[in-house]
Amino acid sequence: MNEMPFRRARSLGKVNVPAVTLAHGGGGRAMKDLIDDVFIVAFDSSFLAPLEDQARFDLAELAVYGDRLAFTTDSYVVDPLFFPGGDIGKLAVCGTVNDLAVGGAIPLYLSCAAIVEEGVSIDMLRRIARSMAETAKGAGVRIVTGDTKVVHKGACDKLFITTSGVGIIREDIRLGVDLAHPGDAVLVNGLFGDHGAAILEARGEMALETPIASDCAPLHDLIATLLAAAPGARCLRDATRGGVATVLNEIAEASDVGIEIDEEHLPVREEVRGFCEILGLDPLYLANEGKIVAVIPPEESEAALAAMRAHHLGERATIIGWITDGEPGRVVMRTVLGGQRIVDMLVGEQLPRIC
Amino acid sequence: MKYVDEFRDRGKADALVAEIDKLVSTIDIAARRPIHIMEVCGGHTHSIFRYGVEGMLPKEIQLIHGPGCPVCVLPMGRVDDCIAIAEHANVIFTTFGDAMRVPGSRKSLSQARADGADVRMVYSPMDALTLARNNPDREVVFFGLGFETTMPSTALTVLQAESEGIANFSVFCNHITIVPTIKAILDSPDVHIDGFLGPGHVSMVIGTAPYEFIAQYYRKPLVVAGFEPLDVLQSIWMVLKQIREQRADVENQYARVVQGTGNVAALQAISRVYELRPFFEWRGLGSIDHSGVRIRDEYARFDTERKFAIPNVRIADPKSCQCGEVLKGVIKPWQCKLFGSACTPETPLGALMVSSEGACAAYHQYGGFKKQAGAA
Ligand code: SF4
Repeated sequence: MNEMPFRRARSLGKVNVPAVTLAHGGGGRAMKDLIDDVFIVAFDSSFLAPLEDQARFDLAELAVYGDRLAFTTDSYVVDPLFFPGGDIGKLAVCGTVNDLAVGGAIPLYLSCAAIVEEGVSIDMLRRIARSMAETAKGAGVRIVTGDTKVVHKGACDKLFITTSGVGIIREDIRLGVDLAHPGDAVLVNGLFGDHGAAILEARGEMALETPIASDCAPLHDLIATLLAAAPGARCLRDATRGGVATVLNEIAEASDVGIEIDEEHLPVREEVRGFCEILGLDPLYLANEGKIVAVIPPEESEAALAAMRAHHLGERATIIGWITDGEPGRVVMRTVLGGQRIVDMLVGEQLPRIC
Repeated sequence: MKYVDEFRDRGKADALVAEIDKLVSTIDIAARRPIHIMEVCGGHTHSIFRYGVEGMLPKEIQLIHGPGCPVCVLPMGRVDDCIAIAEHANVIFTTFGDAMRVPGSRKSLSQARADGADVRMVYSPMDALTLARNNPDREVVFFGLGFETTMPSTALTVLQAESEGIANFSVFCNHITIVPTIKAILDSPDVHIDGFLGPGHVSMVIGTAPYEFIAQYYRKPLVVAGFEPLDVLQSIWMVLKQIREQRADVENQYARVVQGTGNVAALQAISRVYELRPFFEWRGLGSIDHSGVRIRDEYARFDTERKFAIPNVRIADPKSCQCGEVLKGVIKPWQCKLFGSACTPETPLGALMVSSEGACAAYHQYGGFKKQAGAA
């Protein structure tokens, strides 16, 4: 990590040029001003270590939450930076919060490292920093350390953000991608494919009358609700890149089980289906940023479904299929027509820069 | 989506399958076991696999996935030609996305791009023309690929380039025509086909008359079929009905889109810009007379083949690759020795493994579910 953790705001309003220049990456006064003026003011967290190069935590305080530390990291390079339903900042917070939450962890702290291309507007950076701060606040996490680098034009595209996150897992929670059992129900918390479709749409692939909004959202609260209703939950995964199909394949493979889903029960928004139809895409493979796949033992499946549906991020939750003792590692779908087909991992080029 | 959902209804599908079962039980199967029906078009192949149609049919019916995927029948030598053109320093080579991964003898267009060639994916030839307009100092080549479905748009783009006087645009014409190919398949001694599903989109352009010889001369039923799974089921039923009644006619299931006379404006554009080649090389099927078109002399300056020195080398298909047999329906994809081992969607050896309309890729991705057995 760089020697510039976010410090307590000193004097603000020092950046009065419209765009980032290489001087802002030089490590000197201009850089301090940029960090103060754009990030510190947004993240203004009493937790920020005032003078140190790292955030420090009291282990005893963390231990109240549980017995295991969860630690994750992810980079965000989405293009465009702003899209209906979110922006790169919101995405960077939600993505890492969700990566923690699907492990059963309570998300607590995030880091944020930004790589900024020379020429990016300061105002835009401010908007993104504010969006990160708001999202973090809503998710109950704090951004406690960070780094900013400026690179010359063309060395990156506008802005890349990396967030890492720390959370704590409660003693009684045991989730694992290898724990699915024949008979278990497979649930998703709502309509899927929105994020992928929203990004493609925002890139101007199609001109829809009502743009599709990304489902980008922090899922820790939904997951806490779900785990309270279904303490025996076997495994949770967020269905980001590669979509629901990829997660199902990962579960089938790791747990050495078959999975059967029914196309008729797949919750997909009309607009997204139409969009996929025209572009020849399959919503099962489209990215999501606010959807989980949950494998729940049969006796808890109804309770899990009810709990999800009672939560505002799970109103359209559905049981999409079941774990079977069919061919291990294989995901099979009953099609709308009544035929059967394999739902395999995605082959070939992924849609690039979707998150 | 209402309009589309009508054609994917489980209840209607079950009813149609029941009708098909009934019909099959009245056909003298002993004489023709099993019944081979070829879907000519890759769009049908995709729909059949995507919706699991094959597994819903009685086992007496075998679908043969024909040559109607333009990417799949592209010979290796042509891909090499594309790469040779794309590697010219001043060229922007434009192509539909599905041709990017087709293997040439050395590499694919996608690999050529990684190696520095300026290869760009476009959604239509007009996009390529726009590139030419915006880059007057570069030479923009459009890889014209496909059957009569895409032929008109390429032709109209050439006409547009002419009327605007754009000099840095040309078409590497690899358009092919389906009818001579059906004939070649019917003439091939190892093939037994009882009926055809005719290509819906191609027929939208050419109409239904060009298929008459199949019914009259070869005495095989052909039903021009739509692409929704219920279209496919209904068309199969129509073919079976003809077999049952010992008829061989050209019928049109896709009348909501296809007119008997085709699309006159599109046909005019086609005949203005192209002429038949004496023969054209197809992957797996070899050379077929009059099966491809080239750009007429009047538009020679838009013809990449005349603008550039093209190596035009014929590359034999890899020895152990059995794409030809699969295309003709002599073997099923999984019976190819390379299927799933040396040849997979990640590392395709044959073109049938590249496009989602290719039979091998479709089997690999969606599985071949049979009615009685489980997964194939
Ligand atoms: S498996 Fe590969 S080589 Fe064999 S027929 Fe299919 S595409 Fe051709």
